[in-house]
Amino acid sequence: MTFEVIKPGLLTTIQDLGRPGYFHLGIPEGGAMDRAAMRIANMLVGNPEDAAGLEAVFMGPELKFNHDALVSVAGAEMPVFVDGEPRACWASFAVKAGQTLKFGYLKTGARIYIAIAGGIDTPPALGSRSTYPIGALGGFEGRALAAGDTVPVGKAPANAKERTLDQSLLATQPKPAELRVLPGLYWHRLTKGSQQQFFDDEWRVAPEADRMGYRFRGGHSMEFVEREQPFGAGSDPSNIVDGCYSYGSIQIPGGTEPIVLHRDAVSGGGYFTIGAVISADMDLIGQLQPNTPVRFRQVDMTEALDARHERLARLEKIRATLT
Amino acid sequence: MKTRYSYGGDEHIFVEMDEEMSLDAFFKSLAMSNAAKDANVDGVREICPANASFQVRYDPDVIAPENMMAKLKEFEEKAINAEKRLETRIIEVPVFYQDPWTHDCVMRFRERHQDPSGTDLDYAARINGYDSAEAFIEAHHSAPWFVSMVGFVSGLPFLYQLVEREKQLQVPKYLKPRTDTPKQTVGYGGCFSCIYSVRGAGGYQMFGITPMTIFDADQKVSYLKDFMVFFKPGDIVKWKPIDRAEYDRILKGVEDGTYTPRIAEVTFDLEDFNTDMNVTNAKLMEALNDV
Repeated sequence: MTFEVIKPGLLTTIQDLGRPGYFHLGIPEGGAMDRAAMRIANMLVGNPEDAAGLEAVFMGPELKFNHDALVSVAGAEMPVFVDGEPRACWASFAVKAGQTLKFGYLKTGARIYIAIAGGIDTPPALGSRSTYPIGALGGFEGRALAAGDTVPVGKAPANAKERTLDQSLLATQPKPAELRVLPGLYWHRLTKGSQQQFFDDEWRVAPEADRMGYRFRGGHSMEFVEREQPFGAGSDPSNIVDGCYSYGSIQIPGGTEPIVLHRDAVSGGGYFTIGAVISADMDLIGQLQPNTPVRFRQVDMTEALDARHERLARLEKIRATLT
Repeated sequence: MKTRYSYGGDEHIFVEMDEEMSLDAFFKSLAMSNAAKDANVDGVREICPANASFQVRYDPDVIAPENMMAKLKEFEEKAINAEKRLETRIIEVPVFYQDPWTHDCVMRFRERHQDPSGTDLDYAARINGYDSAEAFIEAHHSAPWFVSMVGFVSGLPFLYQLVEREKQLQVPKYLKPRTDTPKQTVGYGGCFSCIYSVRGAGGYQMFGITPMTIFDADQKVSYLKDFMVFFKPGDIVKWKPIDRAEYDRILKGVEDGTYTPRIAEVTFDLEDFNTDMNVTNAKLMEALNDV
């Protein structure tokens, strides 16, 4: 079974739940930025949650199916059409051989996830089909989809049937968006005043926001605790001896614009980090559009773990209704 | 050296041997991360060693953060007593310094640099007390380097020069990271050299370019058939300055499968090195020259 890419959208990549195990070589885990949406899209078509689907940012692709398929769309809010007829998001629906899946303009969020019963069946690279374009690894020939690509799909599972998610089970998001942060790593490099300022300021998502990291703008410049720079770090107060970066870690090169590393993170580097966005809020970052106002909120480890468990419990509840 | 432990969100623990770079810090970090690997702790997802630190990614649903932290602290004692000796290899890496491609990139991102009026090499030479870019280049390739970390992106090596502290070259990273760097650029930041394995963002000063591919996802390059990443921590590198003609020749050789990097097996013992750097380095070079 296959589908053909008529229009790729802005940036549409094959993603699954990623390839852990190679970060020590600089190859990131990758995978869907909004993991929950990818999992739910798969549940809606009866796939294993780690099956490969499509992640499309800001704009949907146009896909022509060469065979009958069961398809679902989850994540951002974007009108869905099959041969011009509207279909619901957070639901699965049939697409007949020869029909075309198309999308309207993005309403809220940033990324949609498209699952097809059977999952995308490109050859896995290092255990995953996720596209890591920087390393030309995985996905469709190591790159984003382009017009004319014919993408293989696996055999639909026995329990492939139309399903609809009860959307009241999804988490509601505060406005402005809020990202919870556990301070740590090189947090001590900031003055007390700047530590407070970071959480007091309202930030905005900068245009440089992608799978590697999200940059933020609009807050005050940070001030550093004075010190003689350690040997090997470099002379800027934001420089450190190059070390590993955590997923979700927040670096502030030059003390000006925070960057939160995401699924395609660089594995290390020479800028200080002030802590990390907690695991429970990583999905949310993938749904932030440029210019969205964002606040960072300080939490401790107990709150981070509570949020993590709350997210898992929410997913478990959704799983129970869909499988 | 004072070891510092910190959480990186709810899934990582970061352990810093020392704020500053030294081979002692590297060997301790390697020993600790190896001990953590060997212990096979349930819930550990990834262990990433770095120059003077390492990081563990774990699943807090399997092992509680404070228990993970306590486990890592147990490994510190072990690391102090670990042997500081590596069976490794020395590799000759050809470098075309002051090449046209990195030069073009240097000029494109001038506004993100400390000194927009010159080039990265002029700046690096000046702040390290060299009369000319040529004299600085000479210092960059005259003594061998030690791969103290692999990471950032796809198999990028960070290298630390095997010379006395007073002779170490140091430069800051760009004020604001670039959005582009040519593939196989030889870069410099802090006291580290690096080779950008793929094209992409970067914050290191740019000095030159190597024709030697060091990452190949398709594993078509003859010497990357076993694994797509060439370098590993502990590798030793000797830069060999080359000109445009040699660059083109090697580039073609990599493409048609006739180029093989010059490599010799060596032993690196930290104590021997600390006792007499010149003797250790001479032995390393001898091994390479025998190939």
